[in-house]
Amino acid sequence: MASTQRSQDINPKITVENTDFFYGEKQALFKVALTVPTHQVTAFIGPSGCGKSTLLRCFNRLNDLVEGARVIGRISLDGKDIYDPSVDVTDLRTRVGMVFQKVNPFPKSIYQNVVYGPQLQGVRRRSVLDGIVEKSLQGAGLWEEVKDRLHHSALGLSGGQQQRLCIARALAVNPEVLLMDEPCSALDPISTAKIEELLHSLKEQLTVVIVTHNMQQAARISDLTGFFLMGELIEYADTKTIFSNPSDSRTEDYVTGRFG
Amino acid sequence: MPDRVKKFLNSGTLFVWFCGTAVAVSLLMVSGVLLLIMINGLGFFWPHALVEMTLKDGTHVLGELKGEEVIPYSQTPELPEGKTRVRLKVGNRDLYGLDFRWVDTDQIASADSPKDVAAFERREWGNFYGRIREVSRGEDVVASGNEEGWKALQPLIEQANDLHDEIEHLQRDVIGDINFEIEGTRLRIRELELRGERESPEVAELQTVTQQLETQYQAHVATLRALSRQLDEYAVVLVETNGREKNLAVGQIVKALRPNDMGLFEKILRYFMNFWSVLSEEPREANTEGGIFPAIFGTVMMVLIMSVAVVPFGVLAAFYLREYARQGVIVRVIRIAVNNLAGVPSIVFGVFGLGFFVYAVGGTLDTLFYPEALPTPTFGTGGILWASFTLALLTVPVVIVSTEEGLSAVPREYREGSLALGATKFESMLRVILPCALPGILTGLILAVARATGEVAPLMLTGVVKLAPALPLDHHFPFLHFERKFMHLGFHIFDVGFQSPNVEAAKPMVYVTTLILVMVVIVLNLSAVALRNHMRKKFKASAV
Repeated sequence: MASTQRSQDINPKITVENTDFFYGEKQALFKVALTVPTHQVTAFIGPSGCGKSTLLRCFNRLNDLVEGARVIGRISLDGKDIYDPSVDVTDLRTRVGMVFQKVNPFPKSIYQNVVYGPQLQGVRRRSVLDGIVEKSLQGAGLWEEVKDRLHHSALGLSGGQQQRLCIARALAVNPEVLLMDEPCSALDPISTAKIEELLHSLKEQLTVVIVTHNMQQAARISDLTGFFLMGELIEYADTKTIFSNPSDSRTEDYVTGRFG
Repeated sequence: MPDRVKKFLNSGTLFVWFCGTAVAVSLLMVSGVLLLIMINGLGFFWPHALVEMTLKDGTHVLGELKGEEVIPYSQTPELPEGKTRVRLKVGNRDLYGLDFRWVDTDQIASADSPKDVAAFERREWGNFYGRIREVSRGEDVVASGNEEGWKALQPLIEQANDLHDEIEHLQRDVIGDINFEIEGTRLRIRELELRGERESPEVAELQTVTQQLETQYQAHVATLRALSRQLDEYAVVLVETNGREKNLAVGQIVKALRPNDMGLFEKILRYFMNFWSVLSEEPREANTEGGIFPAIFGTVMMVLIMSVAVVPFGVLAAFYLREYARQGVIVRVIRIAVNNLAGVPSIVFGVFGLGFFVYAVGGTLDTLFYPEALPTPTFGTGGILWASFTLALLTVPVVIVSTEEGLSAVPREYREGSLALGATKFESMLRVILPCALPGILTGLILAVARATGEVAPLMLTGVVKLAPALPLDHHFPFLHFERKFMHLGFHIFDVGFQSPNVEAAKPMVYVTTLILVMVVIVLNLSAVALRNHMRKKFKASAV
């Protein structure tokens, strides 16, 4: 475990300390420890079933839904343990937004999709909601394309537009961290490029953690990369180091395409 | 050869034919049923032509031709071919004793459709077929002869029908209101007596009110009597085809028609008028004549109350089973039990409804809230509420199963997406999952309505009656009278078809009622389907 990277230690946003994760009897993560720095894009790579999505879903406690899921260890956001009994899960989830692999806008209008989160928080004023919609859609680079049909069904958008709408929906609640679980795996290259472009501007405002299968993507967009294998974090370092000069031979095999 | 047979079998051509045949047979059976009901039901409204026959023995027969058949060979061994006979509806039940008559074809000397014969629909004794001899007012003859009498009779019948409407209004609305108030004050007095306040000033006050109401009542009854006498003012002497006379008050005639003298357009008009009167009028003559409005109303209202009861229960139960309960052995057992509940014979639910809703719940309600009416039960007897609840119980498994299916069809991504935005599980269900599951819920409602509308057996134990004195919805507070008994189309079919004194004459009514029951089911279903499609459109993409 090489973890003497400078960028990791500046402004830690999420800290994972010695964490195991179980689905019932099956252990999915083994002694994972890492630090996600603020205003950086951190990428998790690795073959299917290596635990990278599991770790991502620990960050907003979406794994709580799975029966028999258990976390041993400590995951903290801004130094505060998110698995502490005093933590309000819904509050945590507004601070840590998520974009999913499967594009999932609700079967409502574009406008209703974006205001879903703010309305849950009790925002009712129409003018405020209108402002949030415009700002969030602009933040997701979708405003120009949909501003004339905000009240049409979100399912009428193309796949790439739907995914950017999901990003806008997540941005609408002003999260501090945005988790992205293979957000581009179902999209065409042009839509993918748009979202990657978006990530560069997003990291000005928030911290991004992205899980991806696409190593070129990880290399293009991320500042830090973690490589997972069989539930273990094999190597975590600056993206440049991982892709050009990895310290572990398994990382090298993976990034050069020899397996996985 | 066996090879070719095997190849043919394996090719699946035969299987396709079997499948096609199965579909064709099913369609044939369904359309056969509908066709039978429609032919027999829709024909009822048509003003049928009247045939006057002269038989070889010199007598005459007048009536509607209802069919022809070959007498079975066994009855007429001398004629190996068999001979035919025709069946006529000759009406005049008070004179002949029977409405129908068989006439052997070889006995008919001549047959004709004279334009001057008329069919009189009467308030009692069914139809009269014949001619008019004279119309009189007391001792004075107003018009004599068939033609003149016919002309004179038309305005008189209209007048009499207006009188009948007035009498009915007086009886139902004015006197009905007074009776309602008298009953109300009686119960109030009884209530005060039960509380031991027999001497209180309110009792005395109420007694004066009752007396006033009684006086009003007597006055209205006197008016009613005068009106009834007016009905008997004019009388008509009718004569049947063989010359027997029948004296009749004009007030007894509902309508008089000369079907042989009517043009096609006139007949079509009459057809729709007949149709409307069946839909809108109340039954007469032990339900065999008149309309079926109370039965239609009762059926629709019962189904609506049932829907209001069944949907919340079914949906909440399904939400618990699918969303909250731990998916283990117990939930699986519950689910199997719910599915099996749908297969329990409906009469079992009827018995349960009688024992639980009517006697246990209703009886308790009576002792708690209506002690002044006892020993007459208010809710402790069959009523539309208990019947609807029993049917709700019968159909709740259907709603649970389809709601669960609707819920399980909601993609996991929607739930996670909603939770990831900071929604609680409850908020997610209310705002995302429920709208997505609505089509499934409505499918359950459609199935429940379809099943409930056709159910009769449990209703017979829980509140359906042959003839309900009042609709369960009227202008008396609180407007909806859940404790009242009601009429139902399905029970009406059974009652008219099998319990009436004159089954043969009631047969068309059975078909008409069946036709209307089918139409009610179709209308209720189509409106639920329309609602579901509207919902689907609302939650589905317009462009994709």
